[in-house]
Amino acid sequence: MAAYVGRRVLASIPVLLLVVTAVFFVFQLIPGDPARAFLGPEATPDTVEQVRRDLGLDKPVVVQYVTYLRRLLQGNLGKSISTRRPVAVELGSPFRNTVNLSLASIVLATVAGVLLGTVAAVNQGKTWDHVATILALLGISIPVFWLGLLMMYLFSVNLHILPSAGNDTWRHYFMPTVALSVFSLAFIARMTRSSLLEVIRQDYVRTARAKGVPEWMVVGYHALRNALLPVIIVVGLRFGYMLGGAVVTEQVFAWPGLGRLLVQAVGQRDIPLIQGILLLFAAAFVLVNLVVDLLYGFLDPQIRYR
Amino acid sequence: MASSTPRSVTGSTAERVPAARVATPNALSVFVRLHRLAAIGAFLVLLFVLAGVFAPMLVPFDPDLIDVRSTLQPPSPVHLLGTDNQGRDLLSRIIFGARMSLFISMASVGAGAVTGVALGTLAGYYRSLDGPIMRLNEVMLAFPGIVVALTVVSILGRGLENLIVAIAIVQIPQYIRLAHGLTLSVKDRAYVEAAVASGATDGIILLRHIMPNSLAPIIVQTSLLIPGAIMTSATLSFLGLGVSPPTAEWGAMLQNSLQWSRLAPHVMVIPGLALMLVVFGFNVLGDGLRDAMDPRLRRMSGGSPGSTAGPGG
Repeated sequence: MAAYVGRRVLASIPVLLLVVTAVFFVFQLIPGDPARAFLGPEATPDTVEQVRRDLGLDKPVVVQYVTYLRRLLQGNLGKSISTRRPVAVELGSPFRNTVNLSLASIVLATVAGVLLGTVAAVNQGKTWDHVATILALLGISIPVFWLGLLMMYLFSVNLHILPSAGNDTWRHYFMPTVALSVFSLAFIARMTRSSLLEVIRQDYVRTARAKGVPEWMVVGYHALRNALLPVIIVVGLRFGYMLGGAVVTEQVFAWPGLGRLLVQAVGQRDIPLIQGILLLFAAAFVLVNLVVDLLYGFLDPQIRYR
Repeated sequence: MASSTPRSVTGSTAERVPAARVATPNALSVFVRLHRLAAIGAFLVLLFVLAGVFAPMLVPFDPDLIDVRSTLQPPSPVHLLGTDNQGRDLLSRIIFGARMSLFISMASVGAGAVTGVALGTLAGYYRSLDGPIMRLNEVMLAFPGIVVALTVVSILGRGLENLIVAIAIVQIPQYIRLAHGLTLSVKDRAYVEAAVASGATDGIILLRHIMPNSLAPIIVQTSLLIPGAIMTSATLSFLGLGVSPPTAEWGAMLQNSLQWSRLAPHVMVIPGLALMLVVFGFNVLGDGLRDAMDPRLRRMSGGSPGSTAGPGG
């Protein structure tokens, strides 16, 4: 197991390095002078030249790249163009807010998704299966921002029972959590259904039934335990995407997280801030993938020795 | 679609049915019976495509015609879906929105498919290209589609062309992964070796012997990626980073409805409903196509159309 962990941890380093490299060089493509963007249109040519030297922009790109890597290792992500504060500081609280929302959403998506998928699989071909299947199809088809607007119209504007914006109290969590989880919920439900249908025909499930184990235990214990293995991967993957993909939900509900910050940064073309957010997204995604891989290796010994 | 015919007309059942009823087991009716949902999807998609293509002939009003005397009207015999805050006819704007979505999704998925399939096939065929292309692909896949699209827009700026480029780039990794896998799975087959032995050039082998084999899965993949592209395009416009306001586009219409939904909820409900029905149509049609054309793909793509380019939140 230790060797497997070591191998997987080492394998994620090159991906991270590639992401950093890509994020650095992609933004070299932007036309215009970053120093000028930093200072605004009123700055004199002398000041611009001064800032160019301070930021190291007068050096060759490769030198800039090495400097960028060295600063990253020290946790220095540069300064935001719009607020002039260090990017690392700007990211702190939005990151926590996004993680909180994503955690709430993935828990809801997993619990409800597995439940819906199990109901569908157990009633294969009957009414409840059709209901669950249609619900799941609607779930992956509904535009997240539209769902958010509809909920807001119903619960905030008309019924006045839920707050529409911000993240101050636990009541603020309801609508964003539902909006962010719907796609993943539907996805996990479909996955659980197909996985459970495969497992339920296996010999050991038939054996369990034959020896008189109650049906709810056959499904809940013998079948579901094995059927959930592939679902774990999907849950992990969806969580990784949620951290970066909460853009729309956060925008609709004015949730002060990374996604909302990214939209603002793109609107203002605040490159250092965009780069910082992208790196954080990628790092979170790689980390979540690593944890999922390790968990999978822990649960299924066959994978460890491949 | 026709490939699903044999399944239902299997020997014994067909023999027992009275002759008059098996006389014309036409492929369409069989498809409809077997894949009822997929048939609904096909109908929605057809409606969407027809509305998009024939938009200028279908609309009752000019979609940009401002009429200050009839703003925010609910659905009525004159304006079947009502009017927006500037008195523009919503039905006409929905139809032109379909045209916009159709154009953006076709152009971007098409460009993404050509680029991705080319790169993926090369990566699968030439061992020296495999590493670099597939590692870069991993980097792209580490970001949700909407984040990649936002990044591209932040570099290129707003506007229709840039929106199409951004969405095309989001599609590329999916095609690279698929084409790479498909190429690897056939490149050691006997018929490819035979072509090599008979002196065929790499270009001929790739175009004549490897690519045709990938066609069916790529068509299925395309039908599964189009709804994601439509959704991403609407999402970017909703965020104010795609098509700009006066243009009739569903995401932009929803953005515009924010201020008015309190007074006239229909301006918010209708564009979202149109978007959902089209995405739903493509999703169930894609499911049906996948089952009919290539059941193996179900396992490869994780059993869901959403596994591809859904905006995810």
